[in-house]
Amino acid sequence: MTTELHPVGSRAVADHPVPTGKEEIWRFTPVEKLAEFFDETLSRNGLWHHVEGISQNSQEPVATMGELDLGQSPRGQVLVPLDRSAAIAATKHAANHLVLEGTLTQPIRMTLTGESTDPTSDHLVIEAKPYSSATVLITYTGVAHHIGNVEILVGEGAKLTVVSLQDWEPTSIHLGQHEALVGKDATYRHIAVSLGGDIVRIQNNASYASTGGDIELLGVYFADAGQHLEHRLFVDHNRPKGTSHVDYRGALQGQGATSIWVGDVLIRPEAEGIETYESNKNLVLTDGCRAEAVPNLEIETGEILGAGHSASTGRFDDEQLFYLRSRGISEDEARRMVVRGFFAAILARIGIPDVEETLMARIDTELSSDKEK
Amino acid sequence: MSDRRLEIRDLHVSVETETGPKPILKGVNLVVNPGEVHAIMGPNGSGKSTLAYAIAGHPKYTITSGSVLLDGTELVELSVDERAKAGLFLAMQYPVEVPGISVANFLRTAKTAVDGQAPPLRTWVKKVSESLASMQLDDEFSARSVNEGFSGGEKKRNEIVQLDLLNPKYAILDETDSGLDIDALRIVSEGVNRYSAQGDRGILLITHYTRILRYIKPDFVHVFVDGRIVEEGDSTLADSLEETGYEKWVTEAGA
Ligand SMILES: Nc1ncnc2c1ncn2[C@@H]1O[C@H](COP(=O)(O)OP(=O)(O)OP(=O)(O)O)[C@@H](O)[C@H]1O
Ligand SMILES: [Mg+2]
Repeated sequence: MTTELHPVGSRAVADHPVPTGKEEIWRFTPVEKLAEFFDETLSRNGLWHHVEGISQNSQEPVATMGELDLGQSPRGQVLVPLDRSAAIAATKHAANHLVLEGTLTQPIRMTLTGESTDPTSDHLVIEAKPYSSATVLITYTGVAHHIGNVEILVGEGAKLTVVSLQDWEPTSIHLGQHEALVGKDATYRHIAVSLGGDIVRIQNNASYASTGGDIELLGVYFADAGQHLEHRLFVDHNRPKGTSHVDYRGALQGQGATSIWVGDVLIRPEAEGIETYESNKNLVLTDGCRAEAVPNLEIETGEILGAGHSASTGRFDDEQLFYLRSRGISEDEARRMVVRGFFAAILARIGIPDVEETLMARIDTELSSDKEK
Repeated sequence: MSDRRLEIRDLHVSVETETGPKPILKGVNLVVNPGEVHAIMGPNGSGKSTLAYAIAGHPKYTITSGSVLLDGTELVELSVDERAKAGLFLAMQYPVEVPGISVANFLRTAKTAVDGQAPPLRTWVKKVSESLASMQLDDEFSARSVNEGFSGGEKKRNEIVQLDLLNPKYAILDETDSGLDIDALRIVSEGVNRYSAQGDRGILLITHYTRILRYIKPDFVHVFVDGRIVEEGDSTLADSLEETGYEKWVTEAGA
C-alpha cells in the first residue's frame, strides 16, 4: 500500500516514467530544465574526486576506499531510488565504497569537482562498521550537471556524521538521493549545506535497521536570485524506540530565490516508543523570494513518546535588530549577526572547526553579495 | 560645555497599531543634567516605556513633534545605532533574545561600535569577566546566546553588565528592578550606583517600586500619567505616592 507520504521506490529505471512536473514529488521542481537528468541513454562519467583521510595501514581506526560493481553487496541494499534520476545514477558504473572502522578522530574529506555541464553521476556507498565513529565531509564544487547518490549503512552502535556541502558554481545542477539505514543504538547525523548551484534537489531518506537508533537530519541553505534549492526529507520510523530530529534553516535573498523543504515523517504501527520532531525555518531577506515548507507527519500508532513539527517563514525580527542597534551596532552588522546566529546552531553540529568557520565566512559573503546587486 | 544635558522638549509620540497610529505621549518635558538621577513613576499603560523606546528610536514609535537633545545633538534625526553612539543607553523592560549570538561576541561588537574602535583584547576579556562577576553571573554566561533562556532576573542583570561596559553618557533604565529578588535588587542597584558615581552620567530610572529608591537615591521624582509628567518633586514624593497612589491624577486626566 502506498500513500502520498511513503512512495515505494524502485531500482528499475523503467518503473519511473519521465516526470511531467505534475507528480507530487516533482511539483515544486522546474523539470523542464532537467530533461537530460531523466535520459538513461546518455553516457555519464563520474566526477573527479579527491579524498583526504584514507588510512595508510590496516590498523584500526581505518578508513578505506574501494569500488563496488553493480549488484555487489552492500551496494543497493539501502538505497531504493524514489525517482528516475536517482534510479539512473544507481545503475551507472562502479560505485565508490568508503568503509569506516574504529574511532576516526580526523574527518574524511571527499571533494567532487565538476569541470563541465556534460551529464555526470556518482553513487557513493558509505559503510560505518559496528561501533565505529567518524565524520565524512563530501564537498561538491565546480561546474556540473550531476546526479549524486549517497547510500549509507550505519552499523550497530556506530556514530556517523555525514556532511554534504553543495558549494557549486552558479550554473551547476545537482540532483540526488541520500539514504541511510541506521543500526541498533547507532547515531546518524546528516548535515546538508546548500549554497551554490542553479538547481539543487536532494532527496534525503533514513530508516532504522533495529531499535534505539538516533537520526538527526540537519540542513542549512542560502538561496540567491534565481536559485532553486530543494531538500526533501523522509524519515521512516519502521522500528520501535528510535528518535529522529529534523532541523533545516534557510535564508533567501534576491528575485526568484526559491527554497523547497518537504519533511515527511512516517511512524509505522510497529514504531512504538519513538520520538520525533521536525522543523524548518526560513529567513526571507528581500522581496521576490519564495520559500515553501511542507511538513508531513503520518502517525500510525499512538504508542509514541512524542511527535511534532513546525515550519516558519519570516522576515528579520525587528525587536532583535532594534536590540542590537540600540547598543550602537549598525544595521548591516546587526543583520549579519542575526543571520549568523540563525545558522550557528546547525553549523556548530558539524564538529569540524575549520569547516564551520569557512561556512560562516561563505554565508557572510552571500549576505554582502546582495549589496552589489 | 553649557549644553551638556539630556533634554526632552514637548515630546509627542504615537505608536503604530493595526488600526493606525495611536497617540501615547502628549507633550513630555524633562531635563536630565549630568550627575543627576531622575525617577519616573506612573501607572501601567501611562507611556513610560513609550518614552524610553521613542528616545532610543524604536521603529514602532513615531515622534510626531518635539525634540530630544543629547548634549546638544538632536536624537530625533538619528538612527537607532547613531543614538547609542551619541551616548544613549536603554536598559529594556523586556530584553530581547537573540539566538546564536554569544554574549561575549555581542558585548565586544557593541563596545567596538560605540567607541569606534575595538577594545584592547587582553584587558577587555578581564573587564567582561569582572563585570559579569559584579552582577553575580558566571563566566560561562559569556558563551551563551544573548538573553536566550535567561531567567527574568538574569536578563536584567545582563542589561546592567552592558551599562557598565558600554558606559554611556545617559542611561534610561526601564523597570530594571521588576522581577528581581531581594539580593539581585541590591546587586543591580550597586551596579547602577557605580555607574552614577562617576559623577557626570545622567540616569532616567523608570520604576513601579519605592524599594529600589532606597538603594538608588533619585534627585528628582516625576509622576507620569496619561502620556505626560503631571507632578515633580524630590525623593519624598516617591514616599507619598506609596501612600496615595496615582488616583488623584488619573481622575484628573480622565476628566
Ligand atoms: N501596538 C500597540 N497597539 C495598541 N496600543 C499600544 C501598542 N503598543 C503600546 N500601546 C499602548 O500604549 C500605552 C503605553 O504603553 P507603555 O508600554 O508605554 O506603558 P508603560 O507606562 O510602560 O506601562 P507599564 O508600567 O505596564 O510598563 C498602553 O496603553 C499600551 O496599551
Ligand atoms: Mg513599561
